[in-house]
Amino acid sequence: METTSHDVLLVGGGGAGLRAAIAVAEADPSLDVAVVSKVYPMRSHTVSAEGGAAAVIKPGDSLDAHAYDTISGGDWLCDQDAVEAFVREATEEMLRLEHWGCPWSREPDGHIAVRPFGGMKNERTWFAADKTGFHMLHTLYQTSLKYRTTMYDEWFVTRLLVEQGRCQGIVAIQLATGKIHAILAKAVILCTGGCGKVFPFTTNANIKTGDGMALAYRAGVPLKDMEFVQYHPTGLPFTGILITEATRSEGGFLLNKDGYRYLQDYDLGKPEPKPVLRSMELGPRDRLSQAFVKELERGRTVETPHGHVVHLDIRHLGERVIDTKLPFVRELCLKYENLDPVRELIPVRPVVHYMMGGVHTDIHGATSLPGLYAAGEVACVSINGANRLGSNSLTELLVFGARAGKAAARFAAEQAEPGGGLLAQALDEERRLGEVLLGRANGSERIAELREEMQGAMERGAGIYRDAGSLEAAAGGIAEIKERFKNAALDDRSLTFNTERIAWLELSNMLDLAEAIIASALARRESRGAHQRTDNPQRDDGRYLAHSLAHRRDGGGARIEYLPVTITRWPPGERVYGR
Amino acid sequence: MSYHSRVDRRWATRRAANPEYEPYHPKWHRKRVPIFWWLERPSYTKFITRELTSLAVGYAAVLLMVQVWVMARGPGAYERFLAILASPAIVAFHAVVFLFLLFHSVTWLNLAPQALVVRLGGRRVPDRVVLAGHYVAWLVATAVVAGYLLWGVP
Amino acid sequence: MARSIRLQIRRYRPEDEREPVWESFEVPDRPEWMVLDGLNYIKDRLDGSLSYRWACRMGVCGSCGMVVNGKPVLTCATYLSALGPDPVRVEPIKGFPVIRDLVVDIEDFVRKLESVKPWIIREEEKPLSEGEYLQTPEQLAEYKQQSMCINCLLCYSACPIYALEPDFIGPAAIALAQRYNLDSRDEGTEERMDVLSQHEGIWCCTFVGECSVVCPKDVDPAGAIQRYKVKATADWFKSLLMPWGKR
Repeated sequence: METTSHDVLLVGGGGAGLRAAIAVAEADPSLDVAVVSKVYPMRSHTVSAEGGAAAVIKPGDSLDAHAYDTISGGDWLCDQDAVEAFVREATEEMLRLEHWGCPWSREPDGHIAVRPFGGMKNERTWFAADKTGFHMLHTLYQTSLKYRTTMYDEWFVTRLLVEQGRCQGIVAIQLATGKIHAILAKAVILCTGGCGKVFPFTTNANIKTGDGMALAYRAGVPLKDMEFVQYHPTGLPFTGILITEATRSEGGFLLNKDGYRYLQDYDLGKPEPKPVLRSMELGPRDRLSQAFVKELERGRTVETPHGHVVHLDIRHLGERVIDTKLPFVRELCLKYENLDPVRELIPVRPVVHYMMGGVHTDIHGATSLPGLYAAGEVACVSINGANRLGSNSLTELLVFGARAGKAAARFAAEQAEPGGGLLAQALDEERRLGEVLLGRANGSERIAELREEMQGAMERGAGIYRDAGSLEAAAGGIAEIKERFKNAALDDRSLTFNTERIAWLELSNMLDLAEAIIASALARRESRGAHQRTDNPQRDDGRYLAHSLAHRRDGGGARIEYLPVTITRWPPGERVYGR
Repeated sequence: MSYHSRVDRRWATRRAANPEYEPYHPKWHRKRVPIFWWLERPSYTKFITRELTSLAVGYAAVLLMVQVWVMARGPGAYERFLAILASPAIVAFHAVVFLFLLFHSVTWLNLAPQALVVRLGGRRVPDRVVLAGHYVAWLVATAVVAGYLLWGVP
Repeated sequence: MARSIRLQIRRYRPEDEREPVWESFEVPDRPEWMVLDGLNYIKDRLDGSLSYRWACRMGVCGSCGMVVNGKPVLTCATYLSALGPDPVRVEPIKGFPVIRDLVVDIEDFVRKLESVKPWIIREEEKPLSEGEYLQTPEQLAEYKQQSMCINCLLCYSACPIYALEPDFIGPAAIALAQRYNLDSRDEGTEERMDVLSQHEGIWCCTFVGECSVVCPKDVDPAGAIQRYKVKATADWFKSLLMPWGKR
């Protein structure tokens, strides 16, 4: 078995991973840093983010305002010490990225321009036209090339190596050759993103299969707040492609089949011709998605061959504004819906977009397993609570990527070389992966079918609105699919770039995560933010002002514990929008 | 720290049908570029023609220099030179050369907007304008030279 | 009866064969399907051993570039029904060694990208406490076009020079260098010139122009390279005629 070793190892090369790698290299240039990613870094899903990244920069805005918007947006499930650290470090991180060359959109005098965004009382969302994630990722990737980082591109991590209670490395498949390698490290940082592909309709790319969450979960690290799944209110039907919140912050309207701005019926304010912050279309994402479901139930949505939609109207913005501020949206509509948003209405519906939940970390990105850190969507610090505000997650990548990098660098500098007992674990994993290839010749189930059935079960059982019955049904469905998964067949049993074997591994990861999501959702008998229980429609601060921690159970399912939310200066209050 | 295991081959599970294959060392395939690659796409053919017609430009420049050199040798030599140029074969040849020259000039001029980005007052001058400017300059230069040669305009 | 369309895929399985082969598959002909949807149908339902790269399916990650009916395109942004009814041929992008089926090795490109120093180079950094570097929208517009490159490598596939001279740095790498050269915050033009003004740099380019034609993001690498040639030549003359200039 080929073994290499480094001081700090990043799993995942997206926004958080690259920022963390740079942070380690800058904090301690003597450390040897490596990044393992199952795709080339510029393909990471950060690239698809469109709208913007929030940081306080304009006069009249304040850190407390950003913190309050975030905490109330998260329905008070955010750890307020984490939010305070986040808003405090946000501006500096964003300025650092600007110094690294990120092409932020500007005001005529050359200063950074900001736009309003959902759930925010002040304008603080920095943007690069409407391809913010793309520009951020490419800036981070190109800047990271300055440092002597070893890149393991297209290596798929299958297991964490844990010894003496410490995470000391990983085992990975080198996709191009099929060879299994062990990479030892004094500290490992997971930056693998979320798991939107557990659901059928998602803005997420094919690669968002929650691999890092599953790695930590199987190593005994709890997953926090998994029941909170964010549905972005405006995705294109059929493809699920994201239509950025910026369309609404620039002034777009959401209309039902009668051309009526229906959000005014859902306690989100009064319709005004210009966007009003924290009101109507600039409300938080969970409330907007929930409003869609209610409209659907009332029969006021538009039926199309690809399901029910509502309309997003940006015609009144005019061609010049659209071409300057929303050019990518126009491109996407023209290409994928054959319509020009300058003249026509855009059909949209809620699609799964972001996982508020993830690997449980503290405010420095450290997990409960020494030597293992996590940052980005894979982690749950938690600053997003029960519902994330748009444009907070891109900033989160920078702030917590840097924090986790620095913390991991400090940890790694104090550690001895990884121990010898790891090789046995690695060889064990190599055998298991070999058997995955060996034992699949006579299977009868197709991976794609099982994946689609899992996605269908999750959408039916754990969608925007859930109840005990739908969740139990979903749990049963997932259990049955897990059984059938033991019989999954592989057409491709070669070693060279075997993407079907990777799909098998990804599906096994997603099935574990689906169980964690359902178990957490069943246990939380209240409605808060993105987790809406029709059988428990009220928020219950008495019992549930706490994070759910899902621990993996060997026989299947998860054991749920609760961890109280850290409250510092903002006692729980009512979430008010539009008033 | 590296441990090369003899058990590597154990997990190369199936019998590879290609006897040249070594486990974990797949041979990449490099496609040979065919000799007539430039016939594969019309744009490649147009590109190669554009490049080859530069020979016509070179020829025209050489012809001009020869003309000047012959003129320096006196009116008799020049008259004989002109007679050669007037022969049907040479005229036909030069007709073809002229077409190549036109093709080369037009294709090169058409590339001008991509190579020359002019900004006036903060806005980029549209490609059409840059192109038109080049053609106008070309025509004016041609008119001036033609006027001088044909009608002795000083 | 549901219509179907035939996809002819260039397969290559180094463990089974020495040379690539063509294989045909029938997939449903749906009006909203891209070529990528057809490939996914094959992998999910017909033959799971088809290997190819894809991720975002919205034309921004650059993974899914392939040659379809002779043209390099993003398969997630090319309608299948627009290509029928004859068999649609799908091959890996040209100019790179094929690892497997539609997957090529792009390490050469990654190395070349690194070689042009695509990061902000400055004598002195402004401290963060002083805020952002000011950059007007006009200054941003100078390099905006070249900053849109998604590294899809369609330009390398279209460039005949890259196929003939593998040392050529290539359109996307040079366009990215230009993106930084033209960025008002950058001061590294001279440093990058060492790499770019070599033979394998801009001078290998003979302005075929195909790269700009196939670019899905309108980066215009051909234009960027020609403009850089003009600048490099002008700078060379200046240094020759006025050697006392900025040293």
